[in-house]
Amino acid sequence: MKFSENWLRELVDIKADRAALAHALTMAGLEVEELTPLGEELAGVVVAEIVAAEPHPQADRLRVCKVDVGQGAPLQIVCGAPNARVGIKVPLAMVGAKLPGGISITAAKLRGVESCGMLCSAKELGIDTDASGLLELPLDAPIGQPLADCLGLPDASIELKLTPNRPDCLGLYGLAHDVAALFGSAVKVPAQVDAPVASEARRGIRLQAGKDAPRYLGRIVEGIDPAARTPLWLAERLRRAGLRPISAVVDITNYVMLELGQPLHAFDNDTLQGDIVVRHAGAGESLKLLDGNEAKLDEGFVLIADEHKALAVAGVMGGYDSRVTDATRNVFLESAHFAPAAIMGRARKLGLHTDASHRFERGVDPELPRRALERASGLLLAIAGGRVGPVLRAENLADLPPPPTVTLRRMRLKRVLGVDVADAEVTRIFTALGMHVTATANGWQVTAPSSRFDIEREEDLIEEVARIFGYDNIPTHSPTGALALAIEPEARIGELALREQLAARGYHEAVNLSFVAADLLARWGFTERLVPLANPLSADLAVMRPSLLPGLIEALRHNRARQQERVRLFEVARVFQQDASLREEPAIHGRTLQAGDPPVETPSLAIVACGHARAEQWGESPRLLDFHDLKGDLDALIAWGGEPQRWSVHADQLSGWLHPGRGARVARDGVTVGYLGALHPQLAKSLDLGADVHVLELALEPVLARRLPQAKPVPHFPSVRRDIALDLPEEINWSQIEQVVRATLGARLKELRLFDRYSGRGVDVGRKSLAMGLILQDASRTLTDDDADRCVREAIAALEQTCRAKLRG
Amino acid sequence: MDDLESRAAQALADIDKAETLEALDALRVGLLGKNGIVTAALKTLGTLAPDARKARGAEVNQVKDRLAEALAGRKQRLEQAELDRRLASEKLDISLPGRDGERGGIHPITRALERIASIFARLGYQRADGPEIEDDWHNFEALNFPPHHPARAMHDTFYFGDGRLLRTHTSPVQIRAMAGRQPPIRIIAPGKVYRSDSDQTHSPMFHQIEGLLVDETSSFADLKGTLAEFVRAFFERDFEMRFRPSYFPFTEPSAEVDIRWETEDGQSRWLEVLGCGMVHPNVLKNCGIDPERYTGFAFGLGVERFAMLRYGVSDLRAFFENDLRFLKQFA
Repeated sequence: MKFSENWLRELVDIKADRAALAHALTMAGLEVEELTPLGEELAGVVVAEIVAAEPHPQADRLRVCKVDVGQGAPLQIVCGAPNARVGIKVPLAMVGAKLPGGISITAAKLRGVESCGMLCSAKELGIDTDASGLLELPLDAPIGQPLADCLGLPDASIELKLTPNRPDCLGLYGLAHDVAALFGSAVKVPAQVDAPVASEARRGIRLQAGKDAPRYLGRIVEGIDPAARTPLWLAERLRRAGLRPISAVVDITNYVMLELGQPLHAFDNDTLQGDIVVRHAGAGESLKLLDGNEAKLDEGFVLIADEHKALAVAGVMGGYDSRVTDATRNVFLESAHFAPAAIMGRARKLGLHTDASHRFERGVDPELPRRALERASGLLLAIAGGRVGPVLRAENLADLPPPPTVTLRRMRLKRVLGVDVADAEVTRIFTALGMHVTATANGWQVTAPSSRFDIEREEDLIEEVARIFGYDNIPTHSPTGALALAIEPEARIGELALREQLAARGYHEAVNLSFVAADLLARWGFTERLVPLANPLSADLAVMRPSLLPGLIEALRHNRARQQERVRLFEVARVFQQDASLREEPAIHGRTLQAGDPPVETPSLAIVACGHARAEQWGESPRLLDFHDLKGDLDALIAWGGEPQRWSVHADQLSGWLHPGRGARVARDGVTVGYLGALHPQLAKSLDLGADVHVLELALEPVLARRLPQAKPVPHFPSVRRDIALDLPEEINWSQIEQVVRATLGARLKELRLFDRYSGRGVDVGRKSLAMGLILQDASRTLTDDDADRCVREAIAALEQTCRAKLRG
Repeated sequence: MDDLESRAAQALADIDKAETLEALDALRVGLLGKNGIVTAALKTLGTLAPDARKARGAEVNQVKDRLAEALAGRKQRLEQAELDRRLASEKLDISLPGRDGERGGIHPITRALERIASIFARLGYQRADGPEIEDDWHNFEALNFPPHHPARAMHDTFYFGDGRLLRTHTSPVQIRAMAGRQPPIRIIAPGKVYRSDSDQTHSPMFHQIEGLLVDETSSFADLKGTLAEFVRAFFERDFEMRFRPSYFPFTEPSAEVDIRWETEDGQSRWLEVLGCGMVHPNVLKNCGIDPERYTGFAFGLGVERFAMLRYGVSDLRAFFENDLRFLKQFA
């Protein structure tokens, strides 16, 4: 809502200056979004009449004008405006004037001709953006009058950011009531004046849209002057409200909408046939609107029609064919009430947002149509003449319930606000807001005016009291009250602690958008069970991510492209899939998903790394990151949970984006919870990445699960260590060896440590050497050398048998 | 006797000249060892008459003590000299960088979010969570947004084909936290939210924190007190603050909270940082809580806004670019 400050001040008697007014509005919930002072520097600008306009001898585009300023001889002014012509009145900035924007007017020669001042456009005067030509003033403007007086300046254009619950302030009258309540002053709203009826022109009105359109008023005005011009004062108020003057009839309907808040529409009466019918649109019905577009309608729209055709979309926009043109002599004025529910969402559905729909979907005072119709008729008569017909009226009073009476309890008011507001003050506030108040033993009975749609229940009244009493006047208090102590499970690692842990391991946390491009996902092989948005912002942000990795790898590439060779990033966020079967986590989603179940959101953890294993340093020769570096990160995460025996990695059933030989599936209790490894070379190549890029993604909950420690006694007897080196076929995995040794030695094997892996000279091709330490211990006695040697012999024998191992010398 | 004395005098001179611990040890063996001269002298004592034996014994022991003392003294000096030599050679460039000192860091959004959540945790607010893909009931209807209401138009919503949507605020967590539970309730719900709006000052995904308190005594004054304390705790300083009437369908009275923020050029302006209000009775009813018995307040804030103010980040988009040159500033 944008309006002229002077206009508001005409309607309410306040002494506050501009800053105080703006502050009061903001603090009453009518936030001033923009305040533009207008015509601050117009000293030296006066009304002048062009009495002669000759071509400039040296320049085709310029004219040499003589202008009368009401004192002395006419002044000679050189002017380039296309509309500079004899007979019009225009603003003249005299020598010595200073215009907004810092232009000082001096006498000068323009292409050799003396010019004693400047004729101005609205833009040059800082009162509008129109720079197309000179600002043409009314022909009756007194010559020599200071322009500021002529235009009602200085003024300010104030724009409010109104909340949807305050449609009553979408008109100056409603706003004036709020301002009056804020300053404890009175409104100066003129009483309704009925236009004198001078014609019998009638047209029937039929209401057929039920409660969607319970009241429709109209009136025919015949014989207006189609050439009538909008008076300057009215055009200026429209301009200062952000509306461009169009034609006298349209400007008048807009003016009344700004003044009262009631949207009006004017039809060319000669295009209407028979009765006005207010009905719902038929399926597939369409209508060419004022903006020239064809609107496709459905049964949800209310139409204004005549007996043969649709004329306008009710509460949204008029039709093209019935519009008022510069040839219109007979006008049909519409002033109707449409229910908010009938208009909500309708304009949006047509891709429109109009001043009318903005008001109707928020709610317009149902008692306004008559008043607005009379006001518009009166203005039309004054500006364009014509003969006013009788008021035509159709209404269903049953669908226009009077405003409810709402009870406010004194105790409730105090309890909700936490402050005592004096009874007299409460009564004053309601009265000032135009409400009808009756005091009762426990509080008040309040009936709001019909303009206050938002007053339906006790809380609405409490809010009004608080708003006018002032939020600043409510004290500040620390809550006291019952506290329920939250129990934090110890067997769960906090997410922040996990992040700290990863940061300590050299990773930086990234935050990516939750949606990614479908083609990026396709490149990774994510094509099934995706969750696409119905209305994405762009194709790049179209699908909810089923994995954190594609986005995280894009972040890695972003950094690679900016001289960051070694990148280590992690992210903790949710991933989205159509159902849970891709991620088998019965422990988390402990239920069977049904068709139509919501997409599954799984909190996940992902890390990506590339470049050297260590940050550039001087102590060791550099080495590129490999699988086991990332596996070390995985091991650390697992170790933190205290139950490494529940975790395993597998070389089978890998995701397609993993390198088939350098990737692993990670499981907890045998259930897949994620993947680890190098990117598949084809994927890496298509992303322009090398073999050093490694990734890990895990469902978050298994990582956060932690064992609650249960202490056992420290062993009484010392352990013994025996080291052995074995020669083994290349294809034997460490996990197989571990399994055999554990199975062979049982509880006596406390730990098996791999401390060297070697292949090359001295080892046959296709074989490798592994050196390991066996740490042996018995719970009941100290092991002897013989015991230890026997264990080693048994282990070697088993490995020889099952793994084709040979003991190295 | 003279013999022992002269040999001892010679030995003392040798000890003084010994240059290594090995040479010194060889001297010790020659003097005090099993076949050393002092041991040999002691062995001869048995052949002497008791009187002479006693006197001779005393003399020999005296020689032995002198030699032992000289040996020990020389040993200490040699050891000290050797230590000095070693220390002189073992000199590091301690200014070389240490090994593996690199560490990563936490994203500034997480950092601000955790700081905010922990402030409320200390006031007894429990963390709560809800899905990011919501239904219309939780995101709008239960929060008192009627269908097609203009207030919905302020939430540019991402939809899925089945009518589900990406939550536009963290407020639906209120509904989930209150459903099937009775007051006292104090929850704090941080998380990602989504609006289909993207420009310099809007990201289609951002982070909010929702707070909710419901009990038998809470009032608007308590809400003001809580938020004033929170802002002071977060920024570790006092601010001029104001509560402005506003409108949210799920609270009434509603307010927006501004703080007086000083910009770098020494100017100051009001900056909106929070939305809040008393929980609307319809919302309590929708969650099975008696609005006559209980009142509550709720507030919501944008984490990015707080992170920008706290850490001096001027461009919202920097948060989602994941440029290490930005992220490393928060390590």
